[in-house]
Amino acid sequence: MKEKKSLLRNGGFQTFTTSIVCIILGMIVGFLALLIIEPSGAWGAIVAVIKNFFSYPSAAFRLQYFGSTLAKTAPLIFCSLSVLFAYKVGLFNIGAAGQYCLGIALALYLAIIVQLPWYICLLAGIAAGAISGALCGILKAFFNVNVVISGIMLNWISLYGTNLLLKPAMDPSGKDTFRLVNKAKQALLPTLGLDKLFNKNQYVTIAIPLAIIAAVVIWIILDKTKLGYELKATGNNLNAAKYCGMKENRNIVLTMVIAGGLAAMGGALYYLSDFEQWNVNASAVPGMGFNGIAAAFLGGLNPIGSIFSSYFITHITVGGGNVDLSRYCAQIADFISSVIIYLCGFVLFFKTFMNKRLDKAEEKKIARARAAAEAENKEGGNA
Amino acid sequence: MENYAIEMLNITKRFPGIIANDNITLQLKKGEIHALLGENGAGKSTLMSVLFGLYQPEEGVIKKDGEVVKINDPNDANRLGIGMVHQHFKLVECFSVLDNIILGVEPNTAGFLQKAEAKQKVLALSDKYGLQVDPDALIEDITVGMQQRTEILKMLYRDNEILIFDEPTAVLTPQEIQELMQIMKGLAKEGKSILFISHKLNEIMEVADRCSVLRKGKYIGTVEIANTTKEELSRMMVGRDVEFVVAKDPAQPTDVVLNVEGMTVASKMHHNNAVKNVSLQVRRGEIVCIAGIDGNGQTEFVYGISGLEPLKAGKIEFLGQDITKAPIRKRNVMGMSHIPEDRHKHGLVLDYTLENNLVLQRYFEPEFTSKAGFLRKGNIRKYAEKLIDQYDVRSGQGPITPARAMSGGNQQKAIVAREIDKNPELLIAVQPTRGLDVGAIEYIHKQIVKHRDAGNAVLLVSLELEEVMSLSDRILVMYEGEIVGELDPKTTTVEELGLYMAGAKRQ
Repeated sequence: MKEKKSLLRNGGFQTFTTSIVCIILGMIVGFLALLIIEPSGAWGAIVAVIKNFFSYPSAAFRLQYFGSTLAKTAPLIFCSLSVLFAYKVGLFNIGAAGQYCLGIALALYLAIIVQLPWYICLLAGIAAGAISGALCGILKAFFNVNVVISGIMLNWISLYGTNLLLKPAMDPSGKDTFRLVNKAKQALLPTLGLDKLFNKNQYVTIAIPLAIIAAVVIWIILDKTKLGYELKATGNNLNAAKYCGMKENRNIVLTMVIAGGLAAMGGALYYLSDFEQWNVNASAVPGMGFNGIAAAFLGGLNPIGSIFSSYFITHITVGGGNVDLSRYCAQIADFISSVIIYLCGFVLFFKTFMNKRLDKAEEKKIARARAAAEAENKEGGNA
Repeated sequence: MENYAIEMLNITKRFPGIIANDNITLQLKKGEIHALLGENGAGKSTLMSVLFGLYQPEEGVIKKDGEVVKINDPNDANRLGIGMVHQHFKLVECFSVLDNIILGVEPNTAGFLQKAEAKQKVLALSDKYGLQVDPDALIEDITVGMQQRTEILKMLYRDNEILIFDEPTAVLTPQEIQELMQIMKGLAKEGKSILFISHKLNEIMEVADRCSVLRKGKYIGTVEIANTTKEELSRMMVGRDVEFVVAKDPAQPTDVVLNVEGMTVASKMHHNNAVKNVSLQVRRGEIVCIAGIDGNGQTEFVYGISGLEPLKAGKIEFLGQDITKAPIRKRNVMGMSHIPEDRHKHGLVLDYTLENNLVLQRYFEPEFTSKAGFLRKGNIRKYAEKLIDQYDVRSGQGPITPARAMSGGNQQKAIVAREIDKNPELLIAVQPTRGLDVGAIEYIHKQIVKHRDAGNAVLLVSLELEEVMSLSDRILVMYEGEIVGELDPKTTTVEELGLYMAGAKRQ
C-alpha cells in the first residue's frame, strides 16, 4: 500500500501519466474536430495520424519511414532541450526558433558557398545560435529586457538574416537552397552506417545519436553538477543567488548561450543531413523552435522525457501527412497535430489536479486511521 | 451562560501528514481582550484562516453570538463583523488615509464618490477612540504607527465588532506600543472584542484579560491573565521552562574585525542617501547592535557591508583588508556570514530542497563539489542531516523537503544554522529571530553569544527592543541613515533607547 502511494507521488511517474492523459485527450478533441468537418472520413484520418509509417504495407518501407521520423525528431529534441534548459533557469527561450534559423544559415552558407566540411559548418552554426542567445542574455542581465520580447524580435531578425545570407545558395530552378548531395557533398553529415539499418535511408545520420547524447548531457549538467546548481538557483531566486556570491549575470548569459547553441545545433544538424532545404523566401520562422516549447512541457521539463515527447510530436506531425486530402483540406494534418500539442501544454495543470486528489485521499485516510485509533483506545479503556 | 462574541468550538483542520489544528476551542467574550499565544507552527495562522473562511475545518463549528455560522470566504467573515489588522499592512501607499479606509465600501451615489460623508464618519470614529490620523495625508508620508491606526479605523469604519490584531507591535517604537495598548483598551471598553495574536509575553501580561495557548496544533488551555505569570505562559507555550535573560559574561573585545569609515549608500526609494557617512568598528568578542525603527537605513547599511549594494562613498575594511569593492563571494569566503533580513528574498531558494539550501554558501567547497564540477550529493545529505539535527530544523520530509513547504520559523532556523555553522569571523545577523517563538529565540541567542565567546565579531541589526537590550554589548542607534547615539545596554533604558530611535534625542 505504502509503495503504491509513493509511486503515485513520484514526480517522474506523475509526469508520465499526465502526459499520456494529455495525449489521449488531444486525440479525442482532434477526432471530434474531424467528425464535425466530415464525419465519414474521421476515423480513417485519426488512424492515419496515429499510424504514421505503420500504414505502409512493406516492412522495408515502414523501417525507412521510421528512420525519416527519427531524422525529423532530432532537431525537435534539440529545440526542446534549448527551451527546457532556459526554463529551468527561469528564462523563457521563445527565441529558440530564431536561434534554430541562424544555425541553419551559417551551416548552409559555409557548406554551399564556402564549401567547408560538415563539422566546421556545424560548429559555426552552433556559434551563431550561441551568440544570438548571448545577446538575449546580455540584454536581460544588464538592461533587464525581457527575454521573450528580445527573443521574438531576434526571431524576425534571424529569419530575414537567414534569407539574405542564403540567397546566393539558392537553386535557380526553385526557391530553395541547393541540395547538399548535388553541390556540397563534403558537408553531408556522416551516417556511420545508420542509414543501412533503416533501409538505406540516407537522412538517418549521426544527428539522432547526438540528440540523445545532448539530452543526457543536459540532464547531467542540470541535475548533477555545480554549474546546474548555480544556474537553477539563479533562475529560482536571483536575489538569493546574488546574496550567496554567485555571478548571477554571468549565469543568465551563460544559460542563454547554451540554450541558443542547442537550438542552433538542431537546425544545423537537420539541414546538414540534407533532409530539407531552406526556402529563401520564407516569411515565417520554422515551427520547430515553437514546437520545442510544446515538446519540453509534454516531456515534463525533463531532458530524457523530451526525447520521447519530441518523438511523439514528430510522429503525429508526420502521420498527419497521410490524411486523406480528398476529404479534408491540406491544413488538417497541422490542425490535428496542433490540437494535440496544445493539450500537451496542460501537463502541469493535470499534475496539480492529481496532487490535489491525492492530498484529499490522504487526508481522508488519516481521518479514518485516527477514528480507528480512537475507537481502539476507548475499547482498551473499557477493558 | 457566558456571553461570547465569537466561539470556535473543537476545530480540527488537517493537512497531508500534519494536523494543524487538533480539537481547538477559542471563545472570545464580548468586550474582552483575548490573547492568542503559541510557538511557530502552533496553528495560530491556520486557526485565523479558518475564522476568515480561507480553510474549511474538518470538524468543529464556529458560533457568532451563540448561533452556528458558516464562513465560506473572507466576505462572510466581513459580514459577520470580523476584521483584522495584518502584521504587514494592506494599504495602498499612494492613496490618502481616507481613500484607504473606504476602499471596497466606497459610499457613492450613482457611481460618484461621496467622500465628505465618509470623512465625517472617519473623523467621528477617530475622535471616539482616540485614533489620531490626518484623513487627507498620503499613506507613504505617514509613520508606521499612523498607518496602523488607519488599519484600525478601516475595521471600525466597517462596523466590525471582532477585531483581530496579528502581531501588531512588531514594527512600533516603545512609545507607539504604549499608545496602541491604550487604544486597544479603549476599544474593549466600548464593547469591541479583541483577539490579540502575539509572541510577546510582556505585552500580553499588560493588555489582555485572558489568554489561550496553542502548542503544536493542540489546545493547551485558557488562563485569566490576572491569575498567571509570564513564566507560566511561556511554560504552557513551549512545554518547558524558558530563560528570558540571555546568560552571558561581559564582553572582552580584542582586535578590530570590521572597520567602516564614512559609508554612504544611495537609496533605491528616494533621491536622498539611505546611509549617510556612517563610521563604526566591530571587534572580536563583542556583539554590536544597530538599533532603529524599520526603514532608517539599516537594510542599506547591511547591503553595503555584505556587498549587495555598491557604496557611494566611504571604505570598508574587513580583517585588515580593504573590501570596499570586493565581490560578495570573496567576502563570504573571507569569513563573513550574513543572516539576511528577508529570508524569502535573499535567504533561501524556495524551490530548492532544504539540503540544497543548507549548502548555499558552501556548495563550491571541495567537500560538496568534486574537481570535475560534480556535486557530491552524499556529502550534502550528510551535512544537511547534521545541521537539521543540531539546530532542530523541523520539516515534513527532512533534507528533501522543499524550502517552500516549511514553516517560517523553521526556514529561519535553517538559515541561522547555515550561517553560524560556517564559523564566520564576522556574523551579520539581521533580525535573526524574526518570527520565532521563545524557545527558538533562546536557542539562537545562545548560539550567537557562543559565537562571540569563541572570539568572533557579531553585528546585530534588530528591531526588537528586548533582543537589542538583552543580547548586545554595545548599541548604536540609527536614525534616518545616521548613527545618532552609542548606548551601553547595561546603563540605558528602553525608554531612552526609544527616544533616540524616534529621533527625539541625539548625541
